[in-house]
Amino acid sequence: MSIINVNNLKTHFRTDEGIVKAVDDVSFELRDKEILAIVGESGCGKSVTVQTVMGLLRCPPAIIEGSIVYQGKELVGMKPNEYQKIRGKEIGMIFQEPMSAFDPLYTVGQQASEAVSVHFNLDTHSIRERVIKMFEKVGIPEAEKRFDEYPHQMSGGMLQRMMIALTLACEPNVLIADEPTTALDVTIQAQVLNLMRDLQKETGTSIIFITHDLGVVAEIADRIHVMYAGKIVEKASVIDLFDTAKHPYTQGLLDSRLKRNLKGQELPYIKGNVPRAFEFPQGCRFNPRCPYAKEICMREMPPDFEIAKNHTVACWLYDGADSK
Amino acid sequence: MKGKTSNRVKKAFFKHKLGVVGLIVLAILYLMILFADFISPYNYTTTNRDFVYSKPSEIHWVHEGEFKGPFVYGTKKERDPVTFAVKYVTDTSKIYPIKLFVQGDKYSFWGLWETDIHLFGIGPQKDAALFVFGSDRFGRDIFSRTLNGGRVSMTAGLIGTLISVVIGAIIGAFSGFFGGWADILIQRLIEILRSFPRIPLWLALAMLLPPTWPSTAIYMGIVIVLSFIGWMGVARVVRGMVLSLREKEYVLAARVIGQSNFKIVTKHLIPNTITYLVVVSTLSIPGMILGESAISFLGLGIKEPMTSWGLLLKQAQSLSDIQAHPWLMIPGLFIMIAVLSFNFLGDALRDALDPYRTVDKI
Repeated sequence: MSIINVNNLKTHFRTDEGIVKAVDDVSFELRDKEILAIVGESGCGKSVTVQTVMGLLRCPPAIIEGSIVYQGKELVGMKPNEYQKIRGKEIGMIFQEPMSAFDPLYTVGQQASEAVSVHFNLDTHSIRERVIKMFEKVGIPEAEKRFDEYPHQMSGGMLQRMMIALTLACEPNVLIADEPTTALDVTIQAQVLNLMRDLQKETGTSIIFITHDLGVVAEIADRIHVMYAGKIVEKASVIDLFDTAKHPYTQGLLDSRLKRNLKGQELPYIKGNVPRAFEFPQGCRFNPRCPYAKEICMREMPPDFEIAKNHTVACWLYDGADSK
Repeated sequence: MKGKTSNRVKKAFFKHKLGVVGLIVLAILYLMILFADFISPYNYTTTNRDFVYSKPSEIHWVHEGEFKGPFVYGTKKERDPVTFAVKYVTDTSKIYPIKLFVQGDKYSFWGLWETDIHLFGIGPQKDAALFVFGSDRFGRDIFSRTLNGGRVSMTAGLIGTLISVVIGAIIGAFSGFFGGWADILIQRLIEILRSFPRIPLWLALAMLLPPTWPSTAIYMGIVIVLSFIGWMGVARVVRGMVLSLREKEYVLAARVIGQSNFKIVTKHLIPNTITYLVVVSTLSIPGMILGESAISFLGLGIKEPMTSWGLLLKQAQSLSDIQAHPWLMIPGLFIMIAVLSFNFLGDALRDALDPYRTVDKI
C-alpha cells in the first residue's frame, strides 16, 4: 500500500542563468507505515522534492510537472486553499533548524495551539490539553510549565521535540522530516531519532526522512533512495544498500564515511563537485566524477535497472547482459 | 524571559535622560489638555471687550509691604492723549486675590455634567482679569485657548499617526508578502503620491472639506488628510521588513501547518515589525502636529471659534502684531515643546527597543 505516489516529477526553476532542473524526472512511492530516507549531497534536489510535495514553491518561478498522488488525490496543480487543508493535517513537516522555525514573539504553547486550531475546531482548553499531552509524549519535562515559555528559553533538542509534537498533534498520515537532526549535537540527535522511531511505531505515520548523514539513515530508515543532481540514482532497502551498494555514487558516499582505521591518512571523498543545476553534463549526470564511466555514459541517460527485488540502480554498468 | 526583556527595555529607556524628560513633559501636556476646561480660568470662547490685547497679567504677592498671597491688581482702560491708542493702566488701589476652585464660566465637564468650578482664577470681575499668557484681539484668554487648542493639535497627531501606521503596516505587509504585480502597483502608487510636494497636497486635500461642515467633522477631516500622506513612509519600510521576514523559517513553518496567508501576515509578519512601528509612531507624531498647525495656520484647517495651536499662531502673522503683542507667540512655544518631547521619546524608545544596543551606552 502506498500513501504517496510520485511519478515523473519535474521541478524546474526559471532563472536569469537558464532553467535550473532541481528535480528532474523523479518517481518514488511512500509506503504505508514506513520510513523512507532520501539521501544525497547538498544541492542534489532532495529538499526541493519534498517542498514540491508540500506545495511550498511559488509558481512561477517554479515550474512543476508530473504527478504527486496522495491517497488518490492529485496534488500537482491543486488549488491553494485546498492544499492548505492538506498541509499540517494530512502531511506534516519538520525542519532542520528548530530555533528559527518558531516565531520568537509567541510562546511555544501558543504556536503549537495555533497548529492544532488551524485544523480542529476545539476550544482553547482542550487544545491546550492536547498540546500538553503531545509535549509529554515527546518527553518534555514539566510540559505544563514549558507550554507558557518562549522559544529562546529552550535548547535546540527540546525545540525539535516540540516541533515534532506540534506536527504530530494534528495526527498527519505523512511526516516529512527535512534534515531534522543536522543542527543538533550527537547525543541529542540520537534522542530525537529514537523518539521519531518510537512515535512512528506508535502512530503508524509514514515518514520521508531527508538527510545527508548515512549514519542517521542506518539508524532509522526502512528504505533508502539516493539522489544525485536532481535524479534518484539508486533505490534499495537499508540492508541491501549498506551491503551491496551498486551505483558508483552510492559506493562513493559509503566510502566517504569516517572510519577509525583511517587515522593519519587523507580522508576519502568523491572527486569533483556536484555539477551546477543549469549545466548538467550529457548522459549520466555522474559521468565526470565516475571512475567506471563508459562511452555510453557520456551519451545517454541510464534508465532504472532492477537488479534485485526492490533494488533499482540507474547506471549503465548494470545494463541487461552486463548485470551480475 | 518576557519579563526580563521588558525589564531590559525599561532600564535602557530610563537611562536615556532626554527621553524620560520627554515622557514626563508629554504626560503633563496630555493631562493639561484632558482637563483643559477645568484648568483654564476662562472658557476658550469667552470674550472680554474691555481687555483686548492685554498683556500677560503680573501676579503679585506683596501689597503695600503686606503679604497677601498671589493676587492681581485691577486695570483701568485709558486712551493715550496723543495717539488715542488704548492703554491699560494698573490700578493699584484694588487687589483681586487668585483663589483655587473658584466659580467662573459655566462649562460641560467631558459632556458629562455642567459645572462652573475652575482650578484657579479671580472669578468674573468687571475691572480685572487673569490672563496668564495675555489676551487676543477679542479679549479671549490665550492660556485657556492654548490648552483647548492643544486638544486638537495633540490628538490630531496621535490619531493621525495611529491611522497612518495601521494602514501603512497592513498595506506594506501585504505588498511585501505577496509580491508580484500587486507589490509593483502599490509601490508605484506610493512613489507617485510621494512625488507631490507635501504642503500643496495637504492644502488641496484640505480644500475638499466643505466649509459648511461642523468643526468636529472638519477636525476629523484634517486628521484623515494628515494620515493620507503619513501611511506611505510606513508602508515602504514595513514592506522591506516583510520581504526579509517572509523568508524566515517560522513563516515556512506556519505555511507547513496549513495556516492561511492572511493569518500569516497578521499573526506573524506584522507583529514582528512592532518595534519599528512603535518607534516610527512616536517619531511621526511631531510631523502630524506640525502638519495640522501648518494647515490651520494657512487658514484651511480648524475654523474659529474652535482652536488649535496653528490657528492661534495665525494671529501672530504680521510683524507689527508680533512687535505690539509678543505674547501671541506663546502657542508656538507649546508646539516646540510637544514636538521636541515626542522626538526625545521616540529616540529613547528606538534605543531601548534595539536589542543589540548595550544598556551601558548613553
